[in-house]
Amino acid sequence: MLTPLHVLFYIFAAIAVGSAIGVITARNPVRSVLSLVVTFVAMAAIWMMLRAEFLSLILILVYVGAVMTLFLFVVMMLNIDKESHSSGFVHYVLVGAIVVLLLTGLMIAALGINSISGVMQLPLPPAEAADYSNLQAVGALIFTDYVYPFEIAGVLLLVAIIAAITLAHNPPKNRKVQIARDQINVKPSERVRLVNMPVEKPAKPSIDGGN
Amino acid sequence: MPSLMEFLMLAAILFGLGIAGMLLNRKNLIVLLMSLELILLAVNTNFVAFSYFLDNAIGQVFVFFVLTVAAAEAAIGLAILVVIYRRRQTIEVQQLDQLKG
Repeated sequence: MLTPLHVLFYIFAAIAVGSAIGVITARNPVRSVLSLVVTFVAMAAIWMMLRAEFLSLILILVYVGAVMTLFLFVVMMLNIDKESHSSGFVHYVLVGAIVVLLLTGLMIAALGINSISGVMQLPLPPAEAADYSNLQAVGALIFTDYVYPFEIAGVLLLVAIIAAITLAHNPPKNRKVQIARDQINVKPSERVRLVNMPVEKPAKPSIDGGN
Repeated sequence: MPSLMEFLMLAAILFGLGIAGMLLNRKNLIVLLMSLELILLAVNTNFVAFSYFLDNAIGQVFVFFVLTVAAAEAAIGLAILVVIYRRRQTIEVQQLDQLKG
């Protein structure tokens, strides 16, 4: 039976997989980033179907809004146009395709063995009550049972901010600054040179000049 | 509603595409980082799907933390990439062979 949710799922899954292929095959890095944005939006829709509304919106706000913008900034800041000509893509396509087909096939085959794991035929969970809030449920967990990991995650973000700024920020090399230590330690002999000069006698008035 | 199997298969395909991006890409470190994001997205989808079908919100809390760590990792990775570009004037993966790995 094909419900409307099935149709929606397959539409968004096709968009996600198609744009993911675009991410890894696009010649232009900017197009690659934009394809990744499309993948994230499609997967956010699928997460919405799984009733993870909070994470779905976080994915769009944080990932598409912040992380992908960061990627776009970096792609446009670096001058990568000259690298685009040399392509090693074709050489590795065969090896890569074989490895990926093996890996994906293995995972899908592992999913197919229903009789062993049994977890794949999970029934649909009961529908939530009308006043159920996904945000409330996740928030209650984060701020009670997982409050310590939550704080560690905050510290981790702080460390990441400091690390990123320390790495990427380069201070100006030849800026003119005062060095107080050198200024205080300076000796008069380094600045003023006293020259001993013989005193000049005033010239005698000439004989025929004056009186 | 699609079954758990279909969500897991979609995640497996995305994971495979992310691995493919890492293997195939020899010229651009940025695309490597983006493949990493694809892999993390696939893993997160697995978490969300199991969280829904097992009716347990803890999976979503875990996805929340994975997203945090992934954002931090992307920021530091891009900062390292900028430093590499500044020093070597290239971000081609094949050119970065100083360690002879």
